[in-house]
Amino acid sequence: MTSSIEEPASVRPVPSAVRQARRGNSLGRLVARRILLGFGLLIAASMLIFGGVEALPGDFASTYLGQDATPQAIANIREELGLDRPMAERYLSWLGGIAQGDFGTSWSNRNSVGDQIWKRLGNSLLLAGVAALIAIPLALALGMVAVLYRNRIPDRVISLLSLAAISLPEFFIGYLLIQFFTVQLGFASFPATVYDGMGLGERLATIVLPVMTLVIVVLAHMMRMTRSAIMNVMSSPYVETAELKGLSALRIIAEHAAPNAVAPVVTVIALNLAALVVGVVVVEVVFVYPGIGQYMVDAVTVRDMPVVQGCGLIFAALYIVLNMVADIVSILANPRLRHPR
Amino acid sequence: MPEMLSVKNLRIEVTARQTDGSATNLVLVDDVSFDVGKGRVLGLIGESGAGKSTIGLSALAYGRGGVRIESGQILLDGQDIARLGLRGIRAVRGARVAYVAQSAAAAFNPAHKLGRQVIEASIRHGIMTRAEATKRAAYLFGILGLPDPDTFGERFPHQVSGGQLQRAMTAMALCANPELIVFDEPTTALDVTTQIEVLAAIKHAIVETQTAALYITHDLAVVAQISDDIMVLRHGKTVEYGSTRQIIEAPRADYTRALVSIRQTTRQEARPSDDAQLRVDGMTAGYSAMDVLHDVSLVLPRGQTLAVVGESGSGKSTLARVITGLLPPKAGTVSFSGAALPPARKDRSREQLRRIQMIYQMADTAMNPRQKIRDIVGRPLTLYFGMRGTAKTERVKELLDQIEMGPQFLDRFPAELSGGQKQRVAIARALAAKPELILCDEPTSALDPLVAEGILKLLLRLQAETAVSYLFITHDIAIVRAIADRVAVMHRGKVVREGVKSAVLSPPFDDYTDLLLRSVPEMEIGWLERVLDGRRAVPQVPGAAIELERS
Repeated sequence: MTSSIEEPASVRPVPSAVRQARRGNSLGRLVARRILLGFGLLIAASMLIFGGVEALPGDFASTYLGQDATPQAIANIREELGLDRPMAERYLSWLGGIAQGDFGTSWSNRNSVGDQIWKRLGNSLLLAGVAALIAIPLALALGMVAVLYRNRIPDRVISLLSLAAISLPEFFIGYLLIQFFTVQLGFASFPATVYDGMGLGERLATIVLPVMTLVIVVLAHMMRMTRSAIMNVMSSPYVETAELKGLSALRIIAEHAAPNAVAPVVTVIALNLAALVVGVVVVEVVFVYPGIGQYMVDAVTVRDMPVVQGCGLIFAALYIVLNMVADIVSILANPRLRHPR
Repeated sequence: MPEMLSVKNLRIEVTARQTDGSATNLVLVDDVSFDVGKGRVLGLIGESGAGKSTIGLSALAYGRGGVRIESGQILLDGQDIARLGLRGIRAVRGARVAYVAQSAAAAFNPAHKLGRQVIEASIRHGIMTRAEATKRAAYLFGILGLPDPDTFGERFPHQVSGGQLQRAMTAMALCANPELIVFDEPTTALDVTTQIEVLAAIKHAIVETQTAALYITHDLAVVAQISDDIMVLRHGKTVEYGSTRQIIEAPRADYTRALVSIRQTTRQEARPSDDAQLRVDGMTAGYSAMDVLHDVSLVLPRGQTLAVVGESGSGKSTLARVITGLLPPKAGTVSFSGAALPPARKDRSREQLRRIQMIYQMADTAMNPRQKIRDIVGRPLTLYFGMRGTAKTERVKELLDQIEMGPQFLDRFPAELSGGQKQRVAIARALAAKPELILCDEPTSALDPLVAEGILKLLLRLQAETAVSYLFITHDIAIVRAIADRVAVMHRGKVVREGVKSAVLSPPFDDYTDLLLRSVPEMEIGWLERVLDGRRAVPQVPGAAIELERS
């Protein structure tokens, strides 16, 4: 019971997206803005990646030549690779190539970086995709179970286990799983290396352990965020209104809470998918899985710059696209924007 | 005749867990009994914490945050709903008893259309088919005076005004044809001119549908218009229970008498004076391209009180921001004691800043919760007068004395004070600077009526003692009568009427002031009908009519 409040009932906090919409931007323009912004961000990321890789200590020529590194030999290689040109020029020609789908050639084995990336990206996306397919529905379901039984035993067990999972780094979880399932039970295969010509069933059987590792890593965070997003909505006055209409608990959650929890939950899922794609790097190395992450790590050790830069750009693009999708979904989920005054 | 709702010896408790882990039982409602018959309205009135909403929600067998019905009976048409299981309770809620919340804006789900939410309970309880419920909703929208009743339900909550939402919420409660409706402060969050429309709509709908109703409010003048009986509550106990006429015209309990007489204080205005403390000339101000204030001119004589009255969005608070220099105006001047003030705060000298102080509506948010009262009140002493040590402590004690609080409050934190005490500390902090003008921005509107009255009396006493001038921003005409010497009525960023109080508040009126004055509920039975009849006779103010729709 509060006494008189001077604010009129129609005054509610206005999210910035809504304010932009009121300023005359239509929904379409709002979405277009996000896409444009994402593109600009990608360009900025490409500069950072190029500059960052350039700034790495050591260079390819001396690593490649090892003991035979005479100043003359190094200079020859640098000239051959075009390293004597100024950095801005090299950046622009790199970016121009990528715009035409050409990621350049690897310095160490003279293969096309693009071909390698696409092949290995497919492998990585298989790994991340299977993990996401398992983790997302499981996280949503567990999150709702936790809300339904909040502060009771199922909720506490879920909370405790997810806290434990969050606290462990992915490589450690990976080694634990190998120790348990492969060494002690002899149930799963290690290393999880897939080859060309393997059937899908065979591939899936091979990647059981890395998928499990990834699921454990992202599940906990997603589940906790789902729980808190729904809890937040559940404590709002309109849920009380629904309760005072005599609706059942399930109907309240499904019809009154869920539509308002879409935006925060989608944001969390998108962030975790991005984390999944990046987390794949470590997991691939642990399980010797021929994905883009392992490709990148191998390239870093020999300073194979076109490969490192190409992989870095792909990771950045995935991250930006996933976040952009989350942004757009939460704009679309807002009834104020779909149905302006 | 069997009563629709009969509450007998109701006792409601909540278990509060202390920080040390021990649990204590708090009694929220203690031994409360009342009856409401078909087509009758019982008003529940009291200050915050009196247990009004708790009683109202108990009629739906609902308790917020672990509140439980400890003993007593809640008989709905002879059946004790407090003893029903969850399934039985759900069959009652929304179907036989419905609830109208204070803030309809928060109580409607933003994701669904209004129509769908209005008919939901009727359909889920199997009372009507979708077609029947939709038809009834349109009928209810019509009698509640909502625009385009047949298509109103197609809109989303954010697409209609606050007053319309509150009426839609009433339609939602009425839709399933319940035997009882609980109205929980349904007009508190609205402007007075909107409140009167909603009140009239609610009253009309109750008469039409012959439902029983509980009407919860802290405003006795409002409840006098709508209820047949009134129960006055305090600290969860019944203070007085009787017919509306008896409570308003012949209150028995001291507490009720205090509530009834509260709005009847008026102050003799001071004589007009040419010695202007503050003068605002031709001021236009606003944010980016939007102007909030248009060509505003005001005069506040030294040692007097100028009340600036208007509804939300009329530009009152923006005016205060311009005077303090927080928002430099686009045109016009502010002069203080005859000399022009620099428009921006950063260009004013410390001495100029010292002479104008401010008190806010929410004393809570205007104080650092991590500072003790001695630091909050002492800070301006150090800043403006360089006081430290014992001298400073002595002066803080003096100030606490002036606001009728003792030295035992020196080392308390704001969270340990009541709402009224916090506002008093805010006043002491303003006084510490020895200001010549204090801008008071709705300093009492978040407080309970009796506490608010105490604050007003304190402000008047301090003015008599120190000759400080007040610019008092409010939306409440009763406060204007109680404290002002001069009055400025604001509407949509313009001053529509300004002058000494007696002239501003007497006819002939301009259209807006007339509407505003006639919309303020008076502690008089039959006031609402009288005003509504009068309104139909006089042509509507065009500007005000738009305000009602869109505010």
